Amino acid sequence: MRLTVNGKEHILNEVDDATPLLWVLRDSLGLVGTKYGCGVAQCGACTVHLNGAPVRSCSVPVAAVAGQQITTIEGLAGKDGKLHPVQAAWVEHDVPQCGYCQAGQIMSAAALLRQKPKPSDADIDAAMTGNICRCGTYLRIRKAIHAAAQTAGE
Amino acid sequence: MSAAENDIVRSADDDVREILSAAEGYSVATSRFNRRSFIKLAGLSTGGLVLAFYLGDKSTVLAQAAAQTADQTKEFTPNAFLSIAPDGSILIYSKGPEIGQGIKTAFPMIIAEELDADWTRVRVEQAPINPAVYGRQSAGGSRSIPTNWDQLRRAGGVARAMLISAAAKDWGVPESELTTANSTVSHSAGNRKASYGDLALKAAALPVPDPKTVTLKEFKDFKLLGTRVGGVDNVKVVTGQPLFGIDQVIPNMQYAVFEKCPAVGGKVRSANLEEIKKLPGVTHAFVVEGTGKATEVMPGVAIVAKTTWAAFSAKKQLKIEWDESGASKDSWTAASAEAAKLSKQPAGSEVLKNIGDFDKAITETKPIEAFYSYPFVSHAPLEPQNTTAWFRESAVEIWSPTQTPDSALRLVAGVLGIAPEKVTLHQTRVGGGFGRRLMNDYMCEAAQIAKQAGVPIKLQWTREDDMQHDFYRPGGFHSFKGAVDKSGKLVAWHDHFITFTADGQKPVSSADIAPEEFPALLVPNFRISQSKLPLQIPTGPWRAPRSNAIAFAVQSFLHELSSHARKDHLEFLLGVMGEPQWLAPQTEFGLNTGRAAGVIKLAAEKAGWGKKLPKGRAQGLAFHFSHAGHFAEVAELSVDANRKITLHKVTVAGDIGPIVNLSGAENQVQGAVIDGFSTMLGLEVSIENGRIQETNFDRYPILRMRNAPQVEAYFVKSDFSPTGVGEPSLPPLAPAVGNAIFAATGYRVRTLPLKREGFSV
Repeated sequence: MRLTVNGKEHILNEVDDATPLLWVLRDSLGLVGTKYGCGVAQCGACTVHLNGAPVRSCSVPVAAVAGQQITTIEGLAGKDGKLHPVQAAWVEHDVPQCGYCQAGQIMSAAALLRQKPKPSDADIDAAMTGNICRCGTYLRIRKAIHAAAQTAGE
Repeated sequence: MSAAENDIVRSADDDVREILSAAEGYSVATSRFNRRSFIKLAGLSTGGLVLAFYLGDKSTVLAQAAAQTADQTKEFTPNAFLSIAPDGSILIYSKGPEIGQGIKTAFPMIIAEELDADWTRVRVEQAPINPAVYGRQSAGGSRSIPTNWDQLRRAGGVARAMLISAAAKDWGVPESELTTANSTVSHSAGNRKASYGDLALKAAALPVPDPKTVTLKEFKDFKLLGTRVGGVDNVKVVTGQPLFGIDQVIPNMQYAVFEKCPAVGGKVRSANLEEIKKLPGVTHAFVVEGTGKATEVMPGVAIVAKTTWAAFSAKKQLKIEWDESGASKDSWTAASAEAAKLSKQPAGSEVLKNIGDFDKAITETKPIEAFYSYPFVSHAPLEPQNTTAWFRESAVEIWSPTQTPDSALRLVAGVLGIAPEKVTLHQTRVGGGFGRRLMNDYMCEAAQIAKQAGVPIKLQWTREDDMQHDFYRPGGFHSFKGAVDKSGKLVAWHDHFITFTADGQKPVSSADIAPEEFPALLVPNFRISQSKLPLQIPTGPWRAPRSNAIAFAVQSFLHELSSHARKDHLEFLLGVMGEPQWLAPQTEFGLNTGRAAGVIKLAAEKAGWGKKLPKGRAQGLAFHFSHAGHFAEVAELSVDANRKITLHKVTVAGDIGPIVNLSGAENQVQGAVIDGFSTMLGLEVSIENGRIQETNFDRYPILRMRNAPQVEAYFVKSDFSPTGVGEPSLPPLAPAVGNAIFAATGYRVRTLPLKREGFSV
């Protein structure tokens, strides 16, 4: 099976077709930035981009995404290491508490800005509703998304 | 270990025991804390000495001893907390677990402040887990700041003093003429300057002074503390670096899962182990007998596989026949019915505190009565429990997201039957604590499974495991009777508290109430009595243990009394506080009615208390003191005809002494408000036949972003010793919201969660 993650093609042997993408990323490819939280697409900690759109990787069988473009939190920054505007805004606004959900939050936010460069609060609510933050950093997440929209537009 | 080191390890364990036994008995835990603190504080108030917390001095001395091994010809390492390289870069070790409370940034800031370090040149690493060197290494009870404040300041102060000495020697000038700022020593009279990097090796050659002798700054001279500083690991977090327990990988590691009886106390009678072993990727399947303690290892079946998914898939195929003869049969429905019956009996089975003459006072007034209840809740940190363990040659090496690494060393050693020095523990970042990871059950399980399997493993709990095998925040019930006199003054208060017990004697962990629980010492006729229902399911500290629930009941009933007396609640609360005084036990970590009044007034002022609002929109005010923090909150909300709530804004005022990291403190307050609202609104674990009904987020609806209120946080800038913020900012939220619902609708919320009474968002 061939899997394209962060622009790099991987050939996977010995991976069962039904394995959720999440566990292939984490256990087979060593990309542990994508997190396990619930296993049933309720918390959003495992959010990655599939052809640019956010998906919950805990509930996507790997065989279903073979050959498609997958981006994880490790692939969001530029090749030169320059942070994506969303990541930079997260640092600037000191968003994280425990930080466990933030990779998923950032992937959801980055996908939103790609689709809607200047989102309203309602757009943000709708796009982020699949991501739980148990620490309750929602207010800073919202602020950081608006800030990222601003810098990305400049 | 030397006798002194042994002594310190014991002391560190004591600290953790205090946190854990938040549980075992309030009086024991608090009296120890207060007695020790009081001794130190007595020194402060009489001799003008700087507050010195226990452990601080001894362990700094040991930390210095540890630093002797550092190569002083290459860097300046005055103690185990920091080193300065000739290029001016500064490495600071953060001694405690980072669980989202921001301690990995706050601790180094305290050191850097007294060092007068250039923060941009500071790099932070997690300190090794070694209580003999560092003293207490735990995160719990909002006590990281108060218990480490003095030790960390002196660690930085020692380094600064040595850098000054080095410069004074070099320039032949008195130390008293030198000043420091931004990693530079200056002599303004001689117009000379030297960077810390330039002075590092010269300072390293000097003797290390006794930390007790260094002069610390006055609070007013702080430059870094009180500012907004971003988390030191933020870049690593936002780029997905392997910080957490779940991210750890070691050579030849396999993946383990562990299935326990869904009703605690059940034992394995038989299991289809042979079938499981044949499943793809599975390498081992075996029964673990366990120690029979929920805080260690309960009986179950372990499966080890080549990938997490193979292990998860095999776990679903497990068929275990449980012997449930000793298992929990607990039922929330039955307990609630029993509590309702008990509430009809006015007295309660035991009286915890009696002041004045409640029975007489009640005959002279028109008392009101109310019955409150709140459910069991789960911690549900987003990172499910996990630990990586490697057992070899009668020793174990562990990587774990724990809140109590210091006490874990001995605990794991006991489970494995090895000496504590054979346990090496690597502290990882913790994906949410909330008190759950004060317990190290998952760590003990991982160690035991690694030993039995004979291969290095990562034990991974599923979300379902996590929610079914928690140490739950206990539910509870309060039957109140109280009265105000004709002038509207609170004159009588009786709380019949109905709680749970496992041994028939004392309440289970975090299910006790302090005999002096507010407003005990502020009402002339006061009584707390208690009745206990049996319980087998384990309970434990949950963010602001006891307070997170008791505040809802007590501060709501206070509002019932003020509403009944047609008094403005702000005025009423200030009246209850009365003149400024320290309430018993009269230490700086007790309730001060002046500080309480200060935050109540500040929250009211900032929220525009009393302003005119449209119909259906209203404010609620509540105060609660816990974990040495005074907090008041005003909730402003609307409720529509279908009981749909919009929580617009929560205004928070706190007095926790000087703020260490303002950005961190504000973040904690925002999180506490959202956590408090999330929990009161929709969270409960209902227990039937010893089993938890809610096993994932589909039935345990953590609040989503769209329902998060605006939060404004204000801090009274007081000169008291700094205390923690993560816990005390949570308890006032629920009563503030309940009081606002009453103001908006006339309906009094007495049962949580709100969804039970048809409220939604």
